Amino acid sequence: MASIPTAMGSRSVAQRWLHTLRLALRALRRDWQSGELRVLALALLIAVASVAAVGFFNDRVQQAMERKASELLGADLVIAAPNPIRPELIEAARRQGLQTAALQNFRSVVLAGDAMQLAEVKAAGPGYPLRGALLISDRPFGPARPADGIPNPGQVWVDERLLSALQRQVGDMVELGTGQFRIQQILTDEPDRAGAVFSIAPRVLMNLADVPATGLIQPGSRVEYRQLLAGEPAALAAFRDWAQTRLQVGEKLQGVRDARAELRVALERAQRFLNLAALVSVILAGVGVAIAARRFAARHWDSVAILRCVGATQGVIVRLFALELLALAVLAGMAGLAVGYGAQFGLSEVLGSLLSQADLPAPSWQPLLPALLTGFITLLGFGLPPLLRLRAVPPLRVLRRDLGPVDARLLALYGPAVAATLALLIWQAGEWRLALYVCGGVAGTVVVLALAAWGLVRALGLLRGRVGVAWRFGVANIARRGSGSTVQVVALGLGLMALLMLTLVRAELLANWRASLPADAPNHFLINIQPDEVAGVRAFLHERGLQDVELFPMVRGRLTAINDRAVGPDDYEDSRAKRLVEREFNLSWTDRLQGDNRIVAGRWWQDGDSAMGAASVEKGLAQDLGIALHDTLRFQVAGQPLEAQVTSLRSVEWDSFRANFFVVFPSGVLDRYPATWITSFHLSAGQQTVLADLVRRYPSVTVLDVDALMNKVREIMDRVSTAVEYVFLFTLAAGLIVLYAAIQATQDERRFESAILRTLGARRAVVRRSLLAEFALLGLLAGVLAAAAATLLGYVLASHVFDFAYRWSPWVWLAGGGIGMLGVGLAGLLGARSALNQPPWRALREL
Amino acid sequence: MRVDHEQGTGSGVDPSARLAVNDSANNIMIRVEDLGKQVVSPEGPLVILTAVDFRIGRGERVAVVGASGSGKSTLLGLLAGLDAPSSGRVWLAGVDLGALDEDGRALLRAERVGFVFQSFQLLPGLTALENVMLPLELAGQADARRQAFELLERVGLGARARHYPAQLSGGEQQRVAIARAFAGNPDVLFADEPTGNLDQKTGHRIVELLFALNREQGTTLVLVTHDTELAAYCDRVLELDDGRLSERPPARTAGG
Repeated sequence: MASIPTAMGSRSVAQRWLHTLRLALRALRRDWQSGELRVLALALLIAVASVAAVGFFNDRVQQAMERKASELLGADLVIAAPNPIRPELIEAARRQGLQTAALQNFRSVVLAGDAMQLAEVKAAGPGYPLRGALLISDRPFGPARPADGIPNPGQVWVDERLLSALQRQVGDMVELGTGQFRIQQILTDEPDRAGAVFSIAPRVLMNLADVPATGLIQPGSRVEYRQLLAGEPAALAAFRDWAQTRLQVGEKLQGVRDARAELRVALERAQRFLNLAALVSVILAGVGVAIAARRFAARHWDSVAILRCVGATQGVIVRLFALELLALAVLAGMAGLAVGYGAQFGLSEVLGSLLSQADLPAPSWQPLLPALLTGFITLLGFGLPPLLRLRAVPPLRVLRRDLGPVDARLLALYGPAVAATLALLIWQAGEWRLALYVCGGVAGTVVVLALAAWGLVRALGLLRGRVGVAWRFGVANIARRGSGSTVQVVALGLGLMALLMLTLVRAELLANWRASLPADAPNHFLINIQPDEVAGVRAFLHERGLQDVELFPMVRGRLTAINDRAVGPDDYEDSRAKRLVEREFNLSWTDRLQGDNRIVAGRWWQDGDSAMGAASVEKGLAQDLGIALHDTLRFQVAGQPLEAQVTSLRSVEWDSFRANFFVVFPSGVLDRYPATWITSFHLSAGQQTVLADLVRRYPSVTVLDVDALMNKVREIMDRVSTAVEYVFLFTLAAGLIVLYAAIQATQDERRFESAILRTLGARRAVVRRSLLAEFALLGLLAGVLAAAAATLLGYVLASHVFDFAYRWSPWVWLAGGGIGMLGVGLAGLLGARSALNQPPWRALREL
Repeated sequence: MRVDHEQGTGSGVDPSARLAVNDSANNIMIRVEDLGKQVVSPEGPLVILTAVDFRIGRGERVAVVGASGSGKSTLLGLLAGLDAPSSGRVWLAGVDLGALDEDGRALLRAERVGFVFQSFQLLPGLTALENVMLPLELAGQADARRQAFELLERVGLGARARHYPAQLSGGEQQRVAIARAFAGNPDVLFADEPTGNLDQKTGHRIVELLFALNREQGTTLVLVTHDTELAAYCDRVLELDDGRLSERPPARTAGG
């Protein structure tokens, strides 16, 4: 070093910093050339890249969502209700000077000759839409233009899917209930199209004035009534305040923020998931940084001692290394941003098509800063503490090489890392609780890994006397290095766990998830089967080879009281519970427990239950609404009260696509209430004619084709898991870095030991065996622990996040132990190869 | 295998084997001929040793002295087969080191050579006892543990057998290193500045111990040092000056 930053008292502070910066940059170049900083830089790069990729993608989605937000409703505010909107509400809105337009949404079958198709019908009144625009075109896939108003009476606008399903063209006639309509235009877009992700059936837009002529809306029909409102913010707020207190059960106000809730929720969940996946890579990369920084620091003890010896103050040492590291962080961060920017295109490719707008807006520069900051926080938290210890290197080390820095307290070393992790999690997850959960999970995993590793390392100590020289040496090394080996096993374990999670456990989870939706799952529902049609429909299906079709009675009712205590939406905080109490849900009766139902508390029907009024409640509903076994429930069914005691709680597989019910009664209890029947069955592609025949024979029966929905669900499963896998590639890279850093960490010691062993006359094979013994054992320990952790994590994910039974697999254990032993053993040998091939004298004198 | 110029060819007998017989018969433990060592440094090739020739007889105690950078340690490394020469040859216990591969040299070391280093070079992962056992085990000796323990007792550290190097003082570590060096009765013991890291008093004790064991076992001792007092314990003194070797008589005879 040309000059030492000491006698600079006369210079200004700025000059001093500048001088130190120059020195730091020179040191950076030198350390980079000697390869010491590469692991550190790579770990930082991965951390920044993973956050940047997810950040850029989320930013694009956010932009797309916000750009469309005002148009999502077709209005500024909407009153929605299952019954016709009360005129007093509409009057009140008009009094505030708000524009209004009426809508009715319902489902119906559209017929054209022999062809039929279930459609989502929207009947619009004049003025619709109040915000945004309808886009129409004259022919399928033709150029779209904004529509002027709504369809004229007698006309419908339909989307292309309906035309192709019915084999019709613009200008042809279709039947909707008892009405006849001419297809006038192709509807290409509407502002309030129901969540694009989940829209099942093609859209028909008709004039509200035509609805009575169809005869489709009868008392009890499922119709969503919507009154669109638009106007000045003040007027809207005034109306909202006025209406809020006057809404009746079932009536809802929806603002722009509630729009496209399901799409928004799904995307937000996906974004959060991706964020967390990115953070896992960051934390892993942090571990890599910590290990690499420790080694970097240890290798600089000598030069620091010399610097101190010639008069560098502790402050100078700290500034020097801090600046060197910051410079590295900037460079690695920039590279990480570039990689992340490139990677987000892939992510958009995978997930972009789930959004209705095919092209996402270009990413803004906003995510740059958070990604860079992530890099800095990772470096500060994980990398700086070991480097700061450098200032504690005593100058006396120049004379006595055995002197190192005074041992720092554990808190000083790992406190910043924990703090950095927490800060990142809270910042990215945006939620204290979630952040604490994840942090607790990671910390718990590390602690358990550490304890287990420590125990295993101790246990190895007992073995050392019983094996040959090479193995004894390797085993002794692990046991002797106690804490160091524990750290190494934990680091290797984390890396291996990431690998196992990403390969085996992930594949198992996905396979399990897919298996929960088998290929022959019911894909058609029949609803609105009248009691006198039940026998006929069953026979009809039986004749056509659908043998085991079960028909269930269905009565709609609303829960009004639990144990004589009246319940309403205000009694619950949870939004799902509020909704459940607000709306009617399906009640049924049966004498036989359904195949996929399981009693989890209480007992199935006994004699006398029918007379007493017994009920079996789905456990999720019971949990949400606070219903316990033996509670007395009161329902309002078709205007009449019904009381029953809960005699059992059931678990239900909701995603089985079979008909299932929240509350089931024994037969007899619901006899006096009006019921319709429901069934579901699987129909393969070639059997579609069955449906046409059925509808012709039983016109009032409604067929729901959920094939499209199921495919959509499958597609979402595929895409979300692909996206997460994609982000997990970074985690994988981070895991590999940790593995590499952990092996690198003790390389110097091992070179020394190999040299000594060979000096004392050990053949290379012996040295190699001892290295292999040590690394393979370390790898085996780490692998087994990693398998345990991965299995546990997989189990928790399966049972608590994805909600299905986890199957234990021996492969995770075999692979964990095997990969750990072979991989770490070979990697360790490769790392020590140069030391083995060098004459021992040179190795000894270099160290 | 290289052809031995000196002994001629065509005899059909392995020349180094024949030489071994000769050297043994002549009681020569180390023979060095025209030894040279160059390394490539950033400023170009650097000559460390040139045309070094000498012989050391069985049981002799030889000090190699010289200024820093005169090539003392390099020479020691070459004598022990820890490094390869650029030119010339070394016979150790009658065996041509250049004719052996790395593992062959390791085997030779395991059987015949002991080391004491300036910085002790004990393995931190092994106890004092295990450190001493190491060469015995590498040589495949059955009762390594007993022998090692006896040696530790001999150097006065029987009570410390289960300690790790970090738990021992510098002098104690060097005594362990000496016990390790003498384990397995080596023919030759190489010592590289054995007192360099120790205070004078401790250093003195170490020297006494080293020479006492040397006497007991009749070991050939090659000692690199710049300590003239230490050199005076030896039978012969070889001086290295800028890579060239010359022999000078010991300053005074001490100890025997």
